[in-house]
Amino acid sequence: MFSFCIRHLPALLIAAPLFTAFVVPLAGRLGSRVRAAWVALGAFATAGIGFALAAKVLGSGPVTYVFGALDHAQTLGAAAAFPIRIMFEVDAFSALMILISSLSSLAITIYSLAAESRQSGLDIFYAMLFLLVAGVLGMVATGDLFNFFVFLEISSLAGAALVAYRIDEGVAVEAGLKYALLSTIGALSVLIAIGILFAQYNALNLAAVASRLQFGTLDKIALVLLAVPLAMKAGAVPMHFWTPDSYAAAPSSVTAFLVVSSQASLYALFRILYTLYGHLLQFSWVTFGWFLIILGVLSAFVGVTMALTQKDVKRLMAYHSVSQTGYMLLGAGVALAVLGNAEALAAFGKTALAGALFHMFNNALYKGLLFLTAGAVFYRTGTRNLDRLGGLGHTMPWTMAFFMIGALAIAGIPPFNGFASKLLIYESVYRLSPFLSILAMVVSILTLASFVKVFHAMFLGPPRAEYAEAREVPRPMLAGMAILAAFVVLIGLLPRPFNDHMIAPAVEALLDRVGYIATILGGS
Amino acid sequence: MTFAWTLETGSGTWNPLLWLVAFGVAVGIGLYIRSFGRADNREGDALKPFISGNEEPEDGASHLPASNLYWGFTDALKAYYQKVVPLHSGIPTDYVAWMLGVMAVMFIIVLAT
Repeated sequence: MFSFCIRHLPALLIAAPLFTAFVVPLAGRLGSRVRAAWVALGAFATAGIGFALAAKVLGSGPVTYVFGALDHAQTLGAAAAFPIRIMFEVDAFSALMILISSLSSLAITIYSLAAESRQSGLDIFYAMLFLLVAGVLGMVATGDLFNFFVFLEISSLAGAALVAYRIDEGVAVEAGLKYALLSTIGALSVLIAIGILFAQYNALNLAAVASRLQFGTLDKIALVLLAVPLAMKAGAVPMHFWTPDSYAAAPSSVTAFLVVSSQASLYALFRILYTLYGHLLQFSWVTFGWFLIILGVLSAFVGVTMALTQKDVKRLMAYHSVSQTGYMLLGAGVALAVLGNAEALAAFGKTALAGALFHMFNNALYKGLLFLTAGAVFYRTGTRNLDRLGGLGHTMPWTMAFFMIGALAIAGIPPFNGFASKLLIYESVYRLSPFLSILAMVVSILTLASFVKVFHAMFLGPPRAEYAEAREVPRPMLAGMAILAAFVVLIGLLPRPFNDHMIAPAVEALLDRVGYIATILGGS
Repeated sequence: MTFAWTLETGSGTWNPLLWLVAFGVAVGIGLYIRSFGRADNREGDALKPFISGNEEPEDGASHLPASNLYWGFTDALKAYYQKVVPLHSGIPTDYVAWMLGVMAVMFIIVLAT
């Protein structure tokens, strides 16, 4: 039984959240306690499978899994000229993303058990939440382009439904509509690109298409149709406008996972640029590298300056999400810009990419934590307006402590995890352009200033009469925040082992285009 | 052992454990210097904040809203904010237009290279 589970981990990774989602309405019929128990069981099972699969990949190399066949060799060779079945290829980069998604989904689901307990329609809420988790896990695990589109759609539709969940006199519904509209147009663009590639190369498997790609005019069109919508879904400026609207309106537990969903889009963008096109971009490495760098710098600066003026705490944090995405784009862009220069790649390109991938992991933790603390404050006060909040540090000390950990981490203050990944980005980006590195540091200073304002507005000052009844949030909410906070501190204190065992293999996997193709096609 | 936990950045290194030790030493030195201070400065009027000669308000009687912070920063960047804030119009078709605009620019760049 154990070996059966280990063998089918990639399938179970999707099956567990899907099964949990579809059974939630039935469990809800048996009572709220049964539903909560089922949801908790589903969250632990999904996370456990994710951790096990990531451990397997990081321990013994990439895992391939074919749906409907015993192994991927049966879809290749003499039996077929190209891979015809849906295939998952989980390498170290995918494993890193699976870890991010699994850990976040576990913490967020535990938190939501108390945070959403006063709301109605919880059967649908949890069904959608687990569909979102399944969609994100599928996006980062699949090795099939059309299958990627399907998971992108699952995560987009579930995400839109969750953004609109609270209705909030129409505000949330409008935000959900915007999310759905942008996601649908983006997904259509991705679908057209996949159609172009399929029409030319008669394959949907990522490795098979990568091995045949010629980089003709149609391939270039497909590249733009893939890259731009994925950058939009990641929240890159100037396509970020949906982010504050959607993140602010969604329940905090959902917002925390929407951050992970955006990072799955960023994963796909990097996968397209490095793995699908890779060396074919040799005439455009600098062009695409600077495309990412410019998007990154714009995102970092516009995000943080817009955040500084916000009064709605979740809108403020949403702009910081845009800003943090800028760091990841900046790091990955620097690596892409020097991909054709082996010396520069070894000297600082790999470090920049490591910083970007490290920051993706860190951002999911501290940004998720910050959204959960904002949700905790909303849970007790019923407002997100910073002008009306104050003095909550007296009555919500744990929430305040978790907020401080998240705020210091996002501002890149040592010894929290954000500092380690930002340091990698600062020092490597400096080798390409000192100006970009200094700008990144200025953005960090502004981030700190912004969170000092939030900390002052929410927690400092004498207790306010209107929140005299406010007290600490229920234990499941504290537990959800504590899980994320513990990892923020742990990774901050031990960045080297984390970097060596998870980030460095992910960087090598992302840069090893030939290895990715060979894992499926066998030594091409 | 300590240096096995040191993160190499290519141009430098980062060891959180050494940083924590240094931080602890700095706090210790600070507390040591503080111990030379006068004990009686923690009593009486010395505890009251100086607010330009005004009386300190009662607890809860004053509240500094978040919007009041960083007024100088946002005012200095008024020209920037006057251009950037209106772009966040909240109109979905504007959002789509921006994505299509970026796509158009990328088509031109990629097809030209």
